[in-house]
Amino acid sequence: MGSFLLRRLAGHTVLALVAVSLAYLLAAAALHPCEPPAPPPAAASAGACRSAGEPLAGRYRAWATGVLHGDFGRTLDGEPVAGELWRRLWVSARLLLAGTVLGCAGGVLLGVYAAVRRDAAPDRIITAGTFLLLAVPVFVLAVLAQIAAAELDEATGVRVVAWAGEPGGTFGALGRAADGLRHLALPTAVVALSQLAVYCRYQRGVTLDVLGADHVRTARAKGLRRRDALLRHGLRAALVPMTTYFAYTAGLALLTGVFTEQVFGWHGLGEWVVAAIVRGDVNVVAAANCVAAVAVVLAGLASDAARCLLDPRVRTPAP
Amino acid sequence: MTRRLPGNRRTTAGAVLLTALFLAAFLGPLVAPWDGERIDYAAFRAPPSAAHWLGTTQSGRDVLALTLQGMRTSLLVGLLVAVLSTGFAAAVGMTAGVLGGWADRLLMFGADLLLVLPSFLAVAALAPSLGGGPGLVPLIAAFLWMITARMVRAMTLSLNRRDYVRAARYLGVGPVRVVVRHILPHLASLLIVDAALNVSLAILTESGLAYLGFGAQPPDVSLGTLIADARAAAPVYPWLFAAAAGPLVLIVLAVNLLGDGLRDALDPAIARCS
Repeated sequence: MGSFLLRRLAGHTVLALVAVSLAYLLAAAALHPCEPPAPPPAAASAGACRSAGEPLAGRYRAWATGVLHGDFGRTLDGEPVAGELWRRLWVSARLLLAGTVLGCAGGVLLGVYAAVRRDAAPDRIITAGTFLLLAVPVFVLAVLAQIAAAELDEATGVRVVAWAGEPGGTFGALGRAADGLRHLALPTAVVALSQLAVYCRYQRGVTLDVLGADHVRTARAKGLRRRDALLRHGLRAALVPMTTYFAYTAGLALLTGVFTEQVFGWHGLGEWVVAAIVRGDVNVVAAANCVAAVAVVLAGLASDAARCLLDPRVRTPAP
Repeated sequence: MTRRLPGNRRTTAGAVLLTALFLAAFLGPLVAPWDGERIDYAAFRAPPSAAHWLGTTQSGRDVLALTLQGMRTSLLVGLLVAVLSTGFAAAVGMTAGVLGGWADRLLMFGADLLLVLPSFLAVAALAPSLGGGPGLVPLIAAFLWMITARMVRAMTLSLNRRDYVRAARYLGVGPVRVVVRHILPHLASLLIVDAALNVSLAILTESGLAYLGFGAQPPDVSLGTLIADARAAAPVYPWLFAAAAGPLVLIVLAVNLLGDGLRDALDPAIARCS
Protein backbone atom coordinates (compact mmCIF):
# COMPACT_ATOMS: atom_id res chain seq x y z
CA MET A 1 0.00 0.00 0.00
CA GLY A 2 2.86 2.35 0.87
CA SER A 3 4.56 2.09 -2.50
CA PHE A 4 1.26 2.55 -4.33
CA LEU A 5 0.53 5.74 -2.38
CA LEU A 6 4.09 7.03 -2.91
CA ARG A 7 3.83 6.45 -6.65
CA ARG A 8 0.50 8.28 -6.76
CA LEU A 9 1.88 11.12 -4.64
CA ALA A 10 4.78 11.59 -7.06
CA GLY A 11 2.40 11.69 -10.02
CA HIS A 12 0.07 14.15 -8.30
CA THR A 13 2.96 16.38 -7.24
CA VAL A 14 4.42 16.70 -10.73
CA LEU A 15 0.97 17.58 -12.06
CA ALA A 16 0.40 20.11 -9.27
CA LEU A 17 3.78 21.80 -9.84
CA VAL A 18 3.07 22.24 -13.54
CA ALA A 19 -0.46 23.44 -12.80
CA VAL A 20 0.71 25.99 -10.22
CA SER A 21 3.33 27.37 -12.63
CA LEU A 22 0.77 27.56 -15.39
CA ALA A 23 -1.64 29.34 -13.04
CA TYR A 24 1.00 31.94 -12.18
CA LEU A 25 1.89 32.57 -15.82
CA LEU A 26 -1.79 32.83 -16.69
CA ALA A 27 -2.53 35.28 -13.88
CA ALA A 28 0.60 37.33 -14.60
CA ALA A 29 -0.25 37.54 -18.28
CA ALA A 30 -3.95 38.30 -17.85
CA LEU A 31 -3.95 40.74 -14.92
CA HIS A 32 -2.59 44.24 -15.34
CA PRO A 33 -2.38 46.03 -11.99
CA CYS A 34 -1.37 49.40 -13.43
CA GLU A 35 -4.09 49.94 -16.00
CA PRO A 36 -7.52 51.44 -15.41
CA PRO A 37 -10.21 50.61 -14.38
CA ALA A 38 -8.38 49.25 -11.33
CA PRO A 39 -5.89 51.89 -10.20
CA PRO A 40 -3.38 50.47 -7.71
CA PRO A 41 -2.98 51.97 -4.25
CA ALA A 42 -0.59 54.90 -4.37
CA ALA A 43 1.84 53.54 -1.77
CA ALA A 44 2.77 50.40 -3.62
CA SER A 45 2.16 51.28 -7.24
CA ALA A 46 5.76 52.19 -8.03
CA GLY A 47 7.28 48.82 -7.18
CA ALA A 48 4.39 46.73 -8.49
CA CYS A 49 4.19 48.65 -11.75
CA ARG A 50 7.92 48.45 -12.31
CA SER A 51 7.91 44.70 -11.83
CA ALA A 52 4.81 44.38 -14.04
CA GLY A 53 6.82 45.83 -16.90
CA GLU A 54 9.50 43.15 -16.72
CA PRO A 55 9.38 40.13 -19.01
CA LEU A 56 7.17 37.28 -17.86
CA ALA A 57 9.96 34.68 -17.63
CA GLY A 58 12.00 36.78 -15.21
CA ARG A 59 9.02 37.49 -12.99
CA TYR A 60 8.11 33.82 -12.95
CA ARG A 61 11.66 32.82 -11.99
CA ALA A 62 11.72 35.31 -9.11
CA TRP A 63 8.29 34.18 -7.91
CA ALA A 64 9.08 30.44 -8.14
CA THR A 65 12.35 30.84 -6.18
CA GLY A 66 10.42 32.76 -3.53
CA VAL A 67 7.69 30.11 -3.26
CA LEU A 68 10.29 27.36 -2.86
CA HIS A 69 11.56 29.26 0.17
CA GLY A 70 8.05 29.74 1.55
CA ASP A 71 7.79 33.36 0.39
CA PHE A 72 4.74 34.15 -1.73
CA GLY A 73 5.81 37.72 -2.53
CA ARG A 74 4.00 40.89 -1.59
CA THR A 75 0.50 42.19 -2.27
CA LEU A 76 -0.14 45.42 -4.14
CA ASP A 77 -0.24 47.18 -0.77
CA GLY A 78 3.27 45.98 0.00
CA GLU A 79 2.24 43.49 2.69
CA PRO A 80 3.74 39.99 2.62
CA VAL A 81 1.24 37.53 1.09
CA ALA A 82 2.17 34.57 3.29
CA GLY A 83 0.96 35.93 6.65
CA GLU A 84 -2.43 36.98 5.33
CA LEU A 85 -2.69 33.70 3.41
CA TRP A 86 -2.41 31.52 6.51
CA ARG A 87 -4.87 33.69 8.46
CA ARG A 88 -7.47 33.54 5.70
CA LEU A 89 -6.85 29.86 5.06
CA TRP A 90 -7.85 29.15 8.66
CA VAL A 91 -11.07 31.18 8.23
CA SER A 92 -11.98 29.29 5.06
CA ALA A 93 -11.10 25.92 6.54
CA ARG A 94 -13.36 26.59 9.52
CA LEU A 95 -16.15 27.53 7.16
CA LEU A 96 -15.77 24.57 4.81
CA LEU A 97 -14.70 21.63 6.96
CA ALA A 98 -17.86 21.01 8.98
CA GLY A 99 -20.11 21.68 5.98
CA THR A 100 -18.16 19.39 3.67
CA VAL A 101 -18.06 16.51 6.17
CA LEU A 102 -21.79 16.89 6.90
CA GLY A 103 -22.66 17.14 3.21
CA CYS A 104 -20.52 14.12 2.31
CA ALA A 105 -21.83 11.86 5.04
CA GLY A 106 -25.43 13.00 4.68
CA GLY A 107 -25.35 12.63 0.90
CA VAL A 108 -23.90 9.11 1.06
CA LEU A 109 -26.44 7.99 3.67
CA LEU A 110 -29.40 9.52 1.82
CA GLY A 111 -28.18 8.03 -1.46
CA VAL A 112 -27.95 4.53 0.01
CA TYR A 113 -31.39 4.91 1.61
CA ALA A 114 -32.93 6.09 -1.66
CA ALA A 115 -31.37 3.21 -3.58
CA VAL A 116 -32.59 0.62 -1.10
CA ARG A 117 -36.14 2.02 -1.22
CA ARG A 118 -36.00 2.32 -4.98
CA ASP A 119 -39.18 3.66 -6.65
CA ALA A 120 -40.97 3.85 -3.29
CA ALA A 121 -42.11 7.13 -1.75
CA PRO A 122 -38.84 7.95 0.11
CA ASP A 123 -36.80 7.47 -3.07
CA ARG A 124 -39.13 9.73 -5.04
CA ILE A 125 -39.03 12.47 -2.43
CA ILE A 126 -35.24 12.31 -2.11
CA THR A 127 -34.76 12.26 -5.88
CA ALA A 128 -37.07 15.24 -6.39
CA GLY A 129 -35.33 17.10 -3.57
CA THR A 130 -31.85 16.49 -4.95
CA PHE A 131 -32.90 17.54 -8.45
CA LEU A 132 -34.24 20.80 -7.08
CA LEU A 133 -31.16 21.33 -4.91
CA LEU A 134 -28.80 20.65 -7.82
CA ALA A 135 -30.53 23.37 -9.82
CA VAL A 136 -30.06 26.03 -7.13
CA PRO A 137 -26.66 27.76 -7.37
CA VAL A 138 -24.79 28.38 -4.11
CA PHE A 139 -25.25 32.13 -4.23
CA VAL A 140 -29.02 31.71 -4.49
CA LEU A 141 -29.08 29.05 -1.79
CA ALA A 142 -27.16 31.31 0.59
CA VAL A 143 -29.55 34.20 0.10
CA LEU A 144 -32.53 31.88 0.55
CA ALA A 145 -30.99 30.73 3.84
CA GLN A 146 -30.64 34.36 4.91
CA ILE A 147 -34.27 35.06 4.05
CA ALA A 148 -35.32 31.99 6.04
CA ALA A 149 -33.24 33.21 8.99
CA ALA A 150 -34.93 36.62 8.76
CA GLU A 151 -38.33 34.95 8.88
CA LEU A 152 -37.22 32.86 11.84
CA ASP A 153 -36.06 35.97 13.69
CA GLU A 154 -39.35 37.67 13.03
CA ALA A 155 -41.35 34.67 14.21
CA THR A 156 -39.40 34.12 17.43
CA GLY A 157 -38.46 37.72 18.21
CA VAL A 158 -34.81 36.83 18.97
CA ARG A 159 -31.79 36.55 16.75
CA VAL A 160 -31.34 32.81 16.83
CA VAL A 161 -28.69 32.58 14.12
CA ALA A 162 -26.46 35.34 12.79
CA TRP A 163 -26.99 36.18 9.10
CA ALA A 164 -23.54 37.47 8.32
CA GLY A 165 -20.08 38.13 9.65
CA GLU A 166 -17.50 36.09 11.50
CA PRO A 167 -17.70 35.07 15.14
CA GLY A 168 -16.12 37.60 17.46
CA GLY A 169 -17.72 37.13 20.87
CA THR A 170 -15.86 38.30 23.95
CA PHE A 171 -18.05 36.92 26.71
CA GLY A 172 -15.77 34.19 28.02
CA ALA A 173 -15.15 30.75 26.58
CA LEU A 174 -18.78 29.69 26.67
CA GLY A 175 -19.98 32.90 25.04
CA ARG A 176 -17.35 32.56 22.33
CA ALA A 177 -18.39 28.99 21.58
CA ALA A 178 -22.07 29.96 21.42
CA ASP A 179 -21.30 32.92 19.19
CA GLY A 180 -19.18 30.72 16.94
CA LEU A 181 -22.06 28.29 16.56
CA ARG A 182 -24.53 31.10 15.79
CA HIS A 183 -22.31 32.41 13.05
CA LEU A 184 -21.38 29.02 11.66
CA ALA A 185 -24.89 27.56 11.49
CA LEU A 186 -26.13 29.21 8.30
CA PRO A 187 -22.96 29.02 6.16
CA THR A 188 -22.35 25.43 7.25
CA ALA A 189 -25.89 24.50 6.30
CA VAL A 190 -25.43 26.12 2.88
CA VAL A 191 -22.09 24.37 2.23
CA ALA A 192 -23.51 21.04 3.39
CA LEU A 193 -26.73 21.30 1.34
CA SER A 194 -24.92 22.31 -1.84
CA GLN A 195 -22.71 19.20 -1.67
CA LEU A 196 -25.30 16.82 -0.27
CA ALA A 197 -27.25 16.73 -3.52
CA VAL A 198 -24.20 15.82 -5.62
CA TYR A 199 -23.09 12.99 -3.34
CA CYS A 200 -26.64 11.72 -2.95
CA ARG A 201 -27.11 11.38 -6.75
CA TYR A 202 -23.78 9.60 -7.21
CA GLN A 203 -24.25 7.31 -4.23
CA ARG A 204 -27.74 6.32 -5.31
CA GLY A 205 -26.40 5.37 -8.74
CA VAL A 206 -23.46 3.29 -7.52
CA THR A 207 -25.56 1.59 -4.83
CA LEU A 208 -28.15 0.57 -7.45
CA ASP A 209 -25.34 -1.00 -9.47
CA VAL A 210 -24.22 -2.99 -6.45
CA LEU A 211 -27.67 -4.06 -5.19
CA GLY A 212 -28.14 -6.71 -7.85
CA ALA A 213 -24.51 -7.85 -7.83
CA ASP A 214 -23.59 -11.47 -7.33
CA HIS A 215 -21.55 -11.01 -4.18
CA VAL A 216 -24.46 -9.35 -2.36
CA ARG A 217 -26.77 -12.18 -3.45
CA THR A 218 -24.20 -14.70 -2.18
CA ALA A 219 -24.05 -12.93 1.17
CA ARG A 220 -27.84 -13.12 1.41
CA ALA A 221 -27.82 -16.77 0.37
CA LYS A 222 -25.36 -17.69 3.10
CA GLY A 223 -27.91 -16.37 5.61
CA LEU A 224 -27.06 -12.73 6.27
CA ARG A 225 -29.96 -10.40 6.77
CA ARG A 226 -30.63 -7.92 3.95
CA ARG A 227 -29.34 -5.06 6.07
CA ASP A 228 -26.07 -6.74 7.01
CA ALA A 229 -25.50 -8.00 3.48
CA LEU A 230 -25.98 -4.49 2.14
CA LEU A 231 -23.90 -2.68 4.71
CA ARG A 232 -20.99 -5.09 4.91
CA HIS A 233 -20.80 -6.35 1.34
CA GLY A 234 -22.74 -3.87 -0.75
CA LEU A 235 -21.74 -0.51 0.70
CA ARG A 236 -18.04 -1.31 0.75
CA ALA A 237 -18.03 -2.07 -2.96
CA ALA A 238 -20.26 0.91 -3.69
CA LEU A 239 -17.90 3.31 -1.92
CA VAL A 240 -14.93 2.39 -4.15
CA PRO A 241 -16.08 4.39 -7.20
CA MET A 242 -17.21 7.17 -4.82
CA THR A 243 -13.61 7.80 -3.72
CA THR A 244 -12.86 9.12 -7.21
CA TYR A 245 -15.73 11.58 -6.93
CA PHE A 246 -14.49 12.78 -3.54
CA ALA A 247 -11.26 13.88 -5.20
CA TYR A 248 -13.02 15.65 -8.05
CA THR A 249 -15.38 17.50 -5.74
CA ALA A 250 -12.55 19.04 -3.68
CA GLY A 251 -12.39 21.80 -6.28
CA LEU A 252 -16.16 22.18 -6.07
CA ALA A 253 -15.93 22.65 -2.29
CA LEU A 254 -13.41 25.49 -2.73
CA LEU A 255 -15.70 27.17 -5.23
CA THR A 256 -18.63 26.83 -2.83
CA GLY A 257 -16.42 28.58 -0.28
CA VAL A 258 -15.85 31.55 -2.61
CA PHE A 259 -19.58 32.22 -2.97
CA THR A 260 -20.48 31.44 0.65
CA GLU A 261 -17.82 33.84 1.93
CA GLN A 262 -19.10 36.54 -0.42
CA VAL A 263 -22.69 36.27 0.75
CA PHE A 264 -22.01 35.84 4.46
CA GLY A 265 -19.24 38.41 4.66
CA TRP A 266 -16.48 36.08 5.89
CA HIS A 267 -12.98 37.37 5.20
CA GLY A 268 -11.63 34.10 3.92
CA LEU A 269 -9.52 32.97 1.02
CA GLY A 270 -12.33 33.10 -1.53
CA GLU A 271 -13.26 36.69 -0.78
CA TRP A 272 -9.58 37.65 -0.99
CA VAL A 273 -9.10 36.02 -4.40
CA VAL A 274 -12.12 37.74 -5.90
CA ALA A 275 -10.93 41.11 -4.64
CA ALA A 276 -7.41 40.35 -5.88
CA ILE A 277 -8.62 39.51 -9.40
CA VAL A 278 -10.55 42.79 -9.50
CA ARG A 279 -7.46 44.75 -8.37
CA GLY A 280 -5.07 42.76 -10.55
CA ASP A 281 -3.01 41.48 -7.61
CA VAL A 282 -1.02 38.72 -9.31
CA ASN A 283 0.81 37.39 -6.25
CA VAL A 284 -2.38 36.89 -4.25
CA VAL A 285 -4.12 35.07 -7.10
CA ALA A 286 -1.06 32.87 -7.63
CA ALA A 287 -0.83 32.05 -3.92
CA ALA A 288 -4.51 31.09 -3.82
CA ASN A 289 -3.95 28.89 -6.88
CA CYS A 290 -1.13 27.16 -5.00
CA VAL A 291 -3.45 26.49 -2.08
CA ALA A 292 -6.14 25.15 -4.41
CA ALA A 293 -3.67 22.89 -6.24
CA VAL A 294 -2.31 21.54 -2.95
CA ALA A 295 -5.87 20.95 -1.71
CA VAL A 296 -6.77 19.03 -4.87
CA VAL A 297 -3.58 16.93 -4.61
CA LEU A 298 -4.28 16.17 -0.94
CA ALA A 299 -7.87 15.23 -1.75
CA GLY A 300 -6.63 12.97 -4.54
CA LEU A 301 -4.18 11.33 -2.17
CA ALA A 302 -6.87 10.88 0.49
CA SER A 303 -9.16 9.27 -2.07
CA ASP A 304 -6.33 6.94 -3.18
CA ALA A 305 -5.76 5.94 0.43
CA ALA A 306 -9.47 5.32 0.93
CA ARG A 307 -9.59 3.22 -2.23
CA CYS A 308 -6.60 1.27 -0.97
CA LEU A 309 -8.35 0.51 2.31
CA LEU A 310 -11.65 -0.45 0.66
CA ASP A 311 -10.43 -2.39 -2.35
CA PRO A 312 -7.86 -5.14 -1.69
CA ARG A 313 -7.17 -5.51 -5.42
CA VAL A 314 -5.36 -2.16 -5.43
CA ARG A 315 -2.93 -3.30 -2.75
CA THR A 316 -1.64 -6.38 -4.54
CA PRO A 317 0.57 -5.58 -7.53
CA ALA A 318 -0.83 -6.61 -10.90
CA PRO A 319 0.54 -9.95 -12.16
CA MET B 1 -43.13 -7.77 -23.87
CA THR B 2 -43.50 -4.19 -22.81
CA ARG B 3 -40.20 -2.37 -22.66
CA ARG B 4 -40.11 0.27 -19.98
CA LEU B 5 -38.13 3.44 -20.58
CA PRO B 6 -37.25 4.67 -17.11
CA GLY B 7 -36.06 8.10 -18.11
CA ASN B 8 -39.02 8.80 -20.32
CA ARG B 9 -41.19 10.85 -18.00
CA ARG B 10 -38.24 12.86 -16.79
CA THR B 11 -37.14 13.55 -20.36
CA THR B 12 -40.62 14.75 -21.31
CA ALA B 13 -40.91 16.98 -18.26
CA GLY B 14 -37.50 18.51 -18.90
CA ALA B 15 -38.14 19.01 -22.62
CA VAL B 16 -41.54 20.65 -22.04
CA LEU B 17 -40.18 22.95 -19.34
CA LEU B 18 -37.17 23.90 -21.43
CA THR B 19 -39.29 24.63 -24.50
CA ALA B 20 -41.59 26.80 -22.43
CA LEU B 21 -38.62 28.74 -21.05
CA PHE B 22 -37.16 29.17 -24.54
CA LEU B 23 -40.47 30.47 -25.87
CA ALA B 24 -40.83 32.82 -22.92
CA ALA B 25 -37.33 34.19 -23.32
CA PHE B 26 -37.45 34.78 -27.07
CA LEU B 27 -41.15 35.51 -27.68
CA GLY B 28 -41.87 37.12 -24.31
CA PRO B 29 -40.76 40.62 -25.34
CA LEU B 30 -43.56 40.66 -27.95
CA VAL B 31 -46.17 40.21 -25.23
CA ALA B 32 -44.65 42.14 -22.34
CA PRO B 33 -46.13 45.62 -21.78
CA TRP B 34 -42.84 47.44 -21.23
CA ASP B 35 -39.64 47.19 -23.26
CA GLY B 36 -36.25 46.76 -21.66
CA GLU B 37 -34.56 49.96 -22.83
CA ARG B 38 -37.04 52.49 -21.41
CA ILE B 39 -36.91 53.77 -17.86
CA ASP B 40 -40.11 54.48 -15.96
CA TYR B 41 -39.47 57.67 -14.01
CA ALA B 42 -42.78 57.26 -12.16
CA ALA B 43 -41.94 53.88 -10.63
CA PHE B 44 -38.76 53.15 -8.66
CA ARG B 45 -38.70 49.76 -6.95
CA ALA B 46 -42.44 49.49 -7.52
CA PRO B 47 -44.12 46.17 -6.64
CA PRO B 48 -45.70 44.11 -9.46
CA SER B 49 -48.51 45.94 -11.30
CA ALA B 50 -50.36 45.93 -14.64
CA ALA B 51 -47.71 48.07 -16.35
CA HIS B 52 -44.80 46.16 -14.81
CA TRP B 53 -45.77 42.53 -14.29
CA LEU B 54 -42.77 41.85 -12.07
CA GLY B 55 -42.27 45.37 -10.69
CA THR B 56 -39.37 47.72 -11.35
CA THR B 57 -35.79 48.03 -10.13
CA GLN B 58 -34.24 50.78 -8.06
CA SER B 59 -33.44 52.73 -11.22
CA GLY B 60 -36.89 52.33 -12.74
CA ARG B 61 -36.18 49.53 -15.22
CA ASP B 62 -38.78 46.86 -15.87
CA VAL B 63 -37.87 43.63 -14.05
CA LEU B 64 -39.72 41.37 -16.50
CA ALA B 65 -37.85 42.80 -19.50
CA LEU B 66 -34.50 42.49 -17.68
CA THR B 67 -35.26 38.91 -16.65
CA LEU B 68 -36.16 37.89 -20.21
CA GLN B 69 -32.94 39.44 -21.46
CA GLY B 70 -30.96 37.59 -18.80
CA MET B 71 -32.66 34.32 -19.73
CA ARG B 72 -31.70 34.80 -23.38
CA THR B 73 -28.06 35.32 -22.37
CA SER B 74 -28.06 32.24 -20.13
CA LEU B 75 -29.75 29.96 -22.67
CA LEU B 76 -27.51 31.06 -25.56
CA VAL B 77 -24.30 30.76 -23.53
CA GLY B 78 -25.37 27.34 -22.24
CA LEU B 79 -26.15 25.95 -25.69
CA LEU B 80 -23.06 27.35 -27.42
CA VAL B 81 -20.69 26.22 -24.68
CA ALA B 82 -22.18 22.73 -24.62
CA VAL B 83 -21.88 22.27 -28.40
CA LEU B 84 -18.34 23.62 -28.42
CA SER B 85 -16.99 21.70 -25.42
CA THR B 86 -18.65 18.38 -26.25
CA GLY B 87 -17.52 18.64 -29.87
CA PHE B 88 -13.97 19.38 -28.74
CA ALA B 89 -14.06 16.53 -26.20
CA ALA B 90 -15.21 14.10 -28.89
CA ALA B 91 -12.48 15.25 -31.28
CA VAL B 92 -9.70 15.03 -28.68
CA GLY B 93 -10.90 11.74 -27.18
CA MET B 94 -11.27 9.99 -30.52
CA THR B 95 -7.95 11.32 -31.84
CA ALA B 96 -6.17 10.11 -28.71
CA GLY B 97 -7.91 6.74 -28.84
CA VAL B 98 -7.35 6.04 -32.53
CA LEU B 99 -3.83 7.42 -32.93
CA GLY B 100 -2.41 6.22 -29.58
CA GLY B 101 1.29 6.63 -28.86
CA TRP B 102 2.73 10.08 -28.23
CA ALA B 103 -0.35 11.93 -29.52
CA ASP B 104 -2.44 10.08 -26.95
CA ARG B 105 0.00 10.84 -24.15
CA LEU B 106 0.26 14.52 -25.08
CA LEU B 107 -3.51 15.06 -25.33
CA MET B 108 -4.24 13.26 -22.07
CA PHE B 109 -1.48 15.18 -20.29
CA GLY B 110 -3.15 18.38 -21.46
CA ALA B 111 -6.49 17.16 -20.13
CA ASP B 112 -4.97 16.23 -16.74
CA LEU B 113 -3.26 19.59 -16.53
CA LEU B 114 -6.49 21.52 -17.06
CA LEU B 115 -8.23 19.26 -14.53
CA VAL B 116 -5.72 20.22 -11.83
CA LEU B 117 -5.84 23.93 -12.66
CA PRO B 118 -8.53 25.62 -10.53
CA SER B 119 -10.73 26.26 -13.52
CA PHE B 120 -13.13 28.81 -12.07
CA LEU B 121 -10.26 31.00 -10.86
CA ALA B 122 -8.53 30.75 -14.22
CA VAL B 123 -11.73 31.66 -16.07
CA ALA B 124 -12.35 34.54 -13.66
CA ALA B 125 -8.83 35.87 -14.17
CA LEU B 126 -9.05 35.64 -17.96
CA ALA B 127 -12.66 36.82 -18.40
CA PRO B 128 -12.09 40.58 -17.94
CA SER B 129 -9.43 40.68 -20.67
CA LEU B 130 -11.94 39.10 -23.08
CA GLY B 131 -14.52 41.78 -22.41
CA GLY B 132 -17.07 39.52 -20.74
CA GLY B 133 -19.36 39.25 -23.77
CA PRO B 134 -19.33 36.46 -26.36
CA GLY B 135 -15.67 35.82 -25.52
CA LEU B 136 -16.88 33.94 -22.45
CA VAL B 137 -18.24 31.07 -24.54
CA PRO B 138 -14.93 29.58 -25.75
CA LEU B 139 -13.36 30.37 -22.37
CA ILE B 140 -15.92 28.37 -20.37
CA ALA B 141 -15.88 25.61 -22.99
CA ALA B 142 -12.09 25.35 -22.68
CA PHE B 143 -12.47 24.13 -19.09
CA LEU B 144 -15.37 21.71 -19.52
CA TRP B 145 -14.13 19.11 -22.02
CA MET B 146 -11.53 17.14 -20.06
CA ILE B 147 -13.52 14.43 -18.28
CA THR B 148 -15.65 13.75 -21.36
CA ALA B 149 -12.54 13.51 -23.51
CA ARG B 150 -11.17 10.84 -21.12
CA MET B 151 -14.43 8.87 -21.32
CA VAL B 152 -14.53 9.15 -25.12
CA ARG B 153 -10.92 7.96 -25.31
CA ALA B 154 -11.64 4.93 -23.13
CA MET B 155 -14.67 3.98 -25.24
CA THR B 156 -12.78 4.55 -28.48
CA LEU B 157 -9.99 2.25 -27.29
CA SER B 158 -12.44 -0.56 -26.57
CA LEU B 159 -14.42 0.00 -29.79
CA ASN B 160 -11.20 0.06 -31.78
CA ARG B 161 -10.52 -3.56 -30.80
CA ARG B 162 -13.95 -4.82 -31.89
CA ASP B 163 -14.02 -7.26 -34.78
CA TYR B 164 -16.11 -5.16 -37.14
CA VAL B 165 -13.78 -2.20 -36.75
CA ARG B 166 -10.80 -4.46 -37.43
CA ALA B 167 -12.59 -5.96 -40.41
CA ALA B 168 -13.26 -2.51 -41.79
CA ARG B 169 -9.62 -1.55 -41.35
CA TYR B 170 -8.33 -4.72 -43.02
CA LEU B 171 -10.65 -4.01 -45.92
CA GLY B 172 -8.68 -0.80 -46.46
CA VAL B 173 -11.02 1.76 -44.94
CA GLY B 174 -9.13 4.90 -43.90
CA PRO B 175 -8.91 6.03 -40.26
CA VAL B 176 -11.17 9.05 -40.76
CA ARG B 177 -13.88 6.93 -42.30
CA VAL B 178 -13.55 4.30 -39.56
CA VAL B 179 -14.06 6.98 -36.95
CA VAL B 180 -17.05 8.59 -38.66
CA ARG B 181 -18.84 5.43 -39.74
CA HIS B 182 -18.00 2.89 -37.05
CA ILE B 183 -16.95 4.66 -33.85
CA LEU B 184 -18.88 7.91 -33.70
CA PRO B 185 -22.36 6.31 -33.85
CA HIS B 186 -21.55 4.27 -30.72
CA LEU B 187 -20.50 7.38 -28.86
CA ALA B 188 -23.59 9.38 -29.86
CA SER B 189 -25.64 8.66 -26.74
CA LEU B 190 -22.73 9.48 -24.42
CA LEU B 191 -22.11 12.73 -26.24
CA ILE B 192 -25.77 13.79 -26.25
CA VAL B 193 -26.08 13.23 -22.52
CA ASP B 194 -22.78 14.97 -21.87
CA ALA B 195 -23.84 17.97 -23.93
CA ALA B 196 -27.06 18.24 -21.94
CA LEU B 197 -25.17 18.18 -18.64
CA ASN B 198 -22.64 20.69 -19.95
CA VAL B 199 -25.45 23.11 -20.73
CA SER B 200 -26.40 23.33 -17.06
CA LEU B 201 -22.76 23.55 -15.95
CA ALA B 202 -22.13 26.35 -18.43
CA ILE B 203 -25.21 28.28 -17.34
CA LEU B 204 -24.20 27.98 -13.69
CA THR B 205 -20.62 29.05 -14.47
CA GLU B 206 -21.75 32.04 -16.52
CA SER B 207 -24.18 33.27 -13.89
CA GLY B 208 -21.61 32.67 -11.15
CA LEU B 209 -19.03 34.75 -13.02
CA ALA B 210 -21.58 37.47 -13.64
CA TYR B 211 -22.60 37.37 -9.99
CA LEU B 212 -19.01 38.06 -8.90
CA GLY B 213 -18.69 40.80 -11.53
CA PHE B 214 -16.41 38.94 -13.97
CA GLY B 215 -19.02 38.08 -16.59
CA ALA B 216 -21.48 40.31 -18.41
CA GLN B 217 -20.67 44.00 -17.95
CA PRO B 218 -23.36 46.68 -18.02
CA PRO B 219 -25.33 47.45 -20.16
CA ASP B 220 -25.35 43.68 -20.86
CA VAL B 221 -27.63 41.79 -18.50
CA SER B 222 -27.26 38.26 -17.19
CA LEU B 223 -29.28 36.42 -14.56
CA GLY B 224 -26.12 36.46 -12.43
CA THR B 225 -25.84 40.26 -12.43
CA LEU B 226 -29.57 40.56 -11.68
CA ILE B 227 -29.21 38.24 -8.70
CA ALA B 228 -26.20 40.22 -7.46
CA ASP B 229 -28.16 43.48 -7.75
CA ALA B 230 -31.18 42.08 -5.94
CA ARG B 231 -29.23 40.26 -3.23
CA ALA B 232 -28.71 42.98 -0.63
CA ALA B 233 -32.38 43.91 -0.52
CA ALA B 234 -33.69 40.35 -0.87
CA PRO B 235 -35.46 40.11 2.52
CA VAL B 236 -37.25 43.44 1.91
CA TYR B 237 -37.93 43.31 -1.85
CA PRO B 238 -38.33 39.58 -2.49
CA TRP B 239 -39.83 39.94 -5.99
CA LEU B 240 -36.60 41.42 -7.34
CA PHE B 241 -34.68 38.39 -6.10
CA ALA B 242 -37.31 35.84 -7.10
CA ALA B 243 -37.57 37.28 -10.62
CA ALA B 244 -33.85 36.72 -11.19
CA ALA B 245 -33.25 33.51 -9.23
CA GLY B 246 -36.46 31.69 -10.23
CA PRO B 247 -35.79 31.48 -13.98
CA LEU B 248 -32.16 30.43 -13.39
CA VAL B 249 -33.25 27.57 -11.13
CA LEU B 250 -35.97 26.53 -13.61
CA ILE B 251 -33.59 26.52 -16.59
CA VAL B 252 -30.99 24.41 -14.79
CA LEU B 253 -33.68 22.10 -13.44
CA ALA B 254 -35.15 21.57 -16.92
CA VAL B 255 -31.75 20.88 -18.47
CA ASN B 256 -30.78 18.47 -15.67
CA LEU B 257 -34.08 16.57 -15.97
CA LEU B 258 -33.60 16.30 -19.73
CA GLY B 259 -29.99 15.15 -19.43
CA ASP B 260 -30.69 12.63 -16.69
CA GLY B 261 -33.75 11.26 -18.47
CA LEU B 262 -31.80 10.91 -21.71
CA ARG B 263 -29.03 9.05 -19.92
CA ASP B 264 -31.48 6.56 -18.45
CA ALA B 265 -33.27 6.15 -21.75
CA LEU B 266 -30.12 5.76 -23.85
CA ASP B 267 -28.02 3.70 -21.45
CA PRO B 268 -28.60 0.05 -22.39
CA ALA B 269 -27.39 -1.23 -18.98
CA ILE B 270 -30.01 0.70 -17.04
CA ALA B 271 -32.83 -0.02 -19.47
CA ARG B 272 -32.11 -3.74 -19.24
CA CYS B 273 -32.18 -4.19 -15.49
CA SER B 274 -35.26 -2.15 -14.66
